[in-house]
Amino acid sequence: MRLARVVAAMAALAAVACQTKKPEAEGQAGPAPAAAPSAERILVGHIGSMTGSEATFGQSTDNGIKLAIEQWNAKGGVKGRQLALKTYDDQGKPEEAAVAATRLVVNDKVNVLLGEVASSRSLAMAPIADSNKVPMITPSSTNPRVTKEKDQVRPFVFRVCFIDPFQGTVMAKFARDDLKVTRVAILRDVGNDYSMGLADYFLAKFKELGGTIVDDQSYKAGDQDFKAQLTAIKGKNPEAIYVPGYYTDVALIARQARELGMKQPLLGGDGWDSVKLYEIGGKAIEGSYYSNHYASDDPSPRIQDFVKAYQARFGSIPDGLAAMGYDAAMVAFDAMSRASEPSGVPLRDAIAATKDYAGVTGVITIDSNHDANKPAVVVEVKGGKSVYVTTIRP
Amino acid sequence: MTEFLQHVVNGLSLGTIYALIALGYTMVYGVLKLINFAHGDVYMVGAFAGYYVATALDVERSPSLAKALVVFVGSMAVCGALGFVVERFAYRPLRNRPRLASLITAIGVSFLLEFGFQLPSLRSQAESLESALFGFGLRLPDFLHRLALALPDSFPPGPTPRFFPEPFERVDWTVLGGVHVSNYDVVSLGVAFAFMVGLQLIVYRTKFGTAMRAVSFDARTAGLMGIPVGRVISGTFVLGSVLAAVAALLVAGSRPRIDPIMGLMPGLKAFVAAVFGGIGSVPGAMVGGLVLGFSEEMVAGYTVSSFRDGIAFAMLILVLLIRPEGLFGRVTVEKV
Amino acid sequence: MGTARLLLRAVLPFLVALPLLVLVQAVSPLDWAIVLVAMGVNVILAVSLNVVNGFTGQFSIGHAAFMAVGAYTAALVTTGFRGLEIGFLPAGVVEALVFAAALVAGMATASVAGLVVGIPSLRLRGDYLAIVTLGFGEIIRVVIENTRVLGQATGISGLPPMTNIVWTGMGVVATVLMARRLLLSTQGRALLAIREDEVAAEAMGIDTVGWKVRAFVISAAFAGLAGGLLVHKILLVTPRMFTFVKSMEVVVMVVLGGMGSITGSVVAATVLTLALEWLRGLEQYRMVIYSLLLIVLMLTRPSGLFGTKEVWDTLPRWLGGRRAEGGAP
Repeated sequence: MRLARVVAAMAALAAVACQTKKPEAEGQAGPAPAAAPSAERILVGHIGSMTGSEATFGQSTDNGIKLAIEQWNAKGGVKGRQLALKTYDDQGKPEEAAVAATRLVVNDKVNVLLGEVASSRSLAMAPIADSNKVPMITPSSTNPRVTKEKDQVRPFVFRVCFIDPFQGTVMAKFARDDLKVTRVAILRDVGNDYSMGLADYFLAKFKELGGTIVDDQSYKAGDQDFKAQLTAIKGKNPEAIYVPGYYTDVALIARQARELGMKQPLLGGDGWDSVKLYEIGGKAIEGSYYSNHYASDDPSPRIQDFVKAYQARFGSIPDGLAAMGYDAAMVAFDAMSRASEPSGVPLRDAIAATKDYAGVTGVITIDSNHDANKPAVVVEVKGGKSVYVTTIRP
Repeated sequence: MTEFLQHVVNGLSLGTIYALIALGYTMVYGVLKLINFAHGDVYMVGAFAGYYVATALDVERSPSLAKALVVFVGSMAVCGALGFVVERFAYRPLRNRPRLASLITAIGVSFLLEFGFQLPSLRSQAESLESALFGFGLRLPDFLHRLALALPDSFPPGPTPRFFPEPFERVDWTVLGGVHVSNYDVVSLGVAFAFMVGLQLIVYRTKFGTAMRAVSFDARTAGLMGIPVGRVISGTFVLGSVLAAVAALLVAGSRPRIDPIMGLMPGLKAFVAAVFGGIGSVPGAMVGGLVLGFSEEMVAGYTVSSFRDGIAFAMLILVLLIRPEGLFGRVTVEKV
Repeated sequence: MGTARLLLRAVLPFLVALPLLVLVQAVSPLDWAIVLVAMGVNVILAVSLNVVNGFTGQFSIGHAAFMAVGAYTAALVTTGFRGLEIGFLPAGVVEALVFAAALVAGMATASVAGLVVGIPSLRLRGDYLAIVTLGFGEIIRVVIENTRVLGQATGISGLPPMTNIVWTGMGVVATVLMARRLLLSTQGRALLAIREDEVAAEAMGIDTVGWKVRAFVISAAFAGLAGGLLVHKILLVTPRMFTFVKSMEVVVMVVLGGMGSITGSVVAATVLTLALEWLRGLEQYRMVIYSLLLIVLMLTRPSGLFGTKEVWDTLPRWLGGRRAEGGAP
């Protein structure tokens, strides 16, 4: 009898659960948007790591997107329709990104999907965008597989940044031509596509340019202790160490390297780009270099206008992620204004046709691989910030 | 050779952390025959408690020995209290139930701490609640609104890692032609040894220690003999938790990233160390911790470094298959 | 009993279920389909874990590792045979065959993993067994993260979207049927005896280690099935999907439902999946709620919702009830 009551209670609970509408899961998007009739609003979806070890990636990108939306809305929106943003936090996990992508396209029915910064998360999102025919633009994922899987270009996925085969060679060229080093060690994050891809491309190019890779060690993101790997590297006497990881780990690696008495500069990629790099790395990271999408101290007026607008809105200097988020959103809205319909196949075609769009991070033309062919900048960490050193073209 | 010696130093430094945590595991297991899964998370709480105290005292900009001491004492007090509360409310009621129930509860407490600390700060939770209610057309009365704003903004810390300021000034020495040792490493090792010796003294030379040993042999009889079993167990827990706090602060100084799940891996590894050395034995925990730290460092340094986490578990499995009572443990026979 | 009748009894539930599932699949809106699949996968996980934790009374907390083995195997098969053509058969049928083969392969490798883990571990008792299963779970994950063929930490993406309500439903039927048959069989009695008093069972001549290993292998196989189904819904398989936390989520379901009750596992898995969907906005509290649930359950009602009782014990005889024999074993 008791059992029957319990089962009945369960059934009732299940029934209630089915009836109740899912509540608005706003994520970290900010205050609830003013309720404009949804038929009029164009919904933009964003998936980012708002929390976790790479929290600044998601937060900066989100800010960049918000700025773009606000600027367009102030000018009257896209074809008279206001833009609205829905952001989900994937906590830095690819499986969460996949779930969030499904929710955005199936439940929330967004017109376009922006994200993610990390290639591993973008890879989780891409098949979902494709199968639901929702265009997706990744602002900063640089692994080639995000837009092209085994010689097949993904129909609905685009990016507005360069790809790692290029980025890896950038640092290799810089190391050989500018720093004039011949012996480099690699310390890669084995848990991360981006890091592995970048390390492989760097390795290939550096050897091609006549350099030697003296050691190739690995770590896992979240490790506390890198001394074992660093001690091994130290024994091989490199002139520089290539650490294509994310800023949290890189900062710690720099500190521990200095503790072991290692004085070589570190080299890295756009994964270093965060204000936390200097906060955590402190003196240890000074004098190291990394490749990035843009430099905030670039005097060109377009960049400085963006920097000023961002500073006025968010109170800080935009990092590369914010700039990329901004550009990704701008490209999306530009395409929407050209397309017959701001969604689905017409939007996809309009994005693919983007040519010579003057973005903050450079001139963006989407090529046949759905990638953007852009130069990279190399910056040096000096005085607690990133200072422009040189530009390297593809 | 220098490289090898550096690895030795690194390994010992790592090992002392495992040893300190393992001491707590071994004591609690000795008395209660319970694997306190939540011990690794007490360690995490110790790190955060220290972080909050250090931030409040502004250690980042003006470190001093006095402030460092306050940080230590504060963190130890918080962990001791936490250990006491957990034992009292989660483990004690299950004392007479099958051990499985206690293990499940221990895992529950562990997760509660890990995921509880990953929640957004109390203030932002209150703000989310407020705006959700607002969406339903409900407005909070003014005093509740003000109460919400008074809630702490940095507790719980959330999943994004924080960086612990250095409790005391770091000094690096270069010895033996190229091996780098820092005062943190030396202090950690010294503190660990001091605690080990201290614990051995307590267990074998004090009344409390004798009571602990009696309870671990046979709790029922010890109770009949007039030993306040409840208080002994509580005391053991508090002692173990305090040790975890010390371990956390020594780690946080040299490996400053702290986040709510930082305790999971070190906790598990420390457990392996305790089992390796013989669970229930204080010197065993010490030796186990150092051996584990050393092995991990050697594997990471000389072979594929991403296997380092797997080493601990491989060691565990080997120990349990070959000599389950560990190095210093006693062989027990299961009686019907 | 004649072989024909035996065969019919074995296959009948599947034959009955198939049209029902096809019907449900056809009428379910897309977002409902996702929830139902998640529910099915969780039921398979909970029931399969129950075989070890509930029937045999051994505390295994490395279940997610077997999921991982099954998932990766299935993923390798479906991506490896993508675009396969078999002469006269239409593409859809070929895909289904490949998927079925993938799931079976997943179950096979998962059972091997169960064997490898079980043989050394099951000499141990209680707490130590738990830690060792956890340890093996971690080792399997570390190995996957370091193997290039398996995509290391990135995993394998772009899996064909094969899982739907029909496949998941059949999986659930298979698992529940397996568990029920096991429970009511002589072999099942051996497991229950081990749970009740292992030393006595050994004294009675039951090969406790052997039976524990068998239970482990069966449990692992079905965990592999769940893994294969799950990843073909998310279309991605990464090692981080199968951590200790995932294992504990399954443990919560089993404990909540009652260790030893198949009905309990089914109900608990269903309820928790639905609650999770309903409370999407409270996602960050999910694990906190789970942990509180565990603690409260252990303190107040350690036997869970159903203890060791089953729903079919209350049914009349012809539907499978056993009331005349005095209820649950």
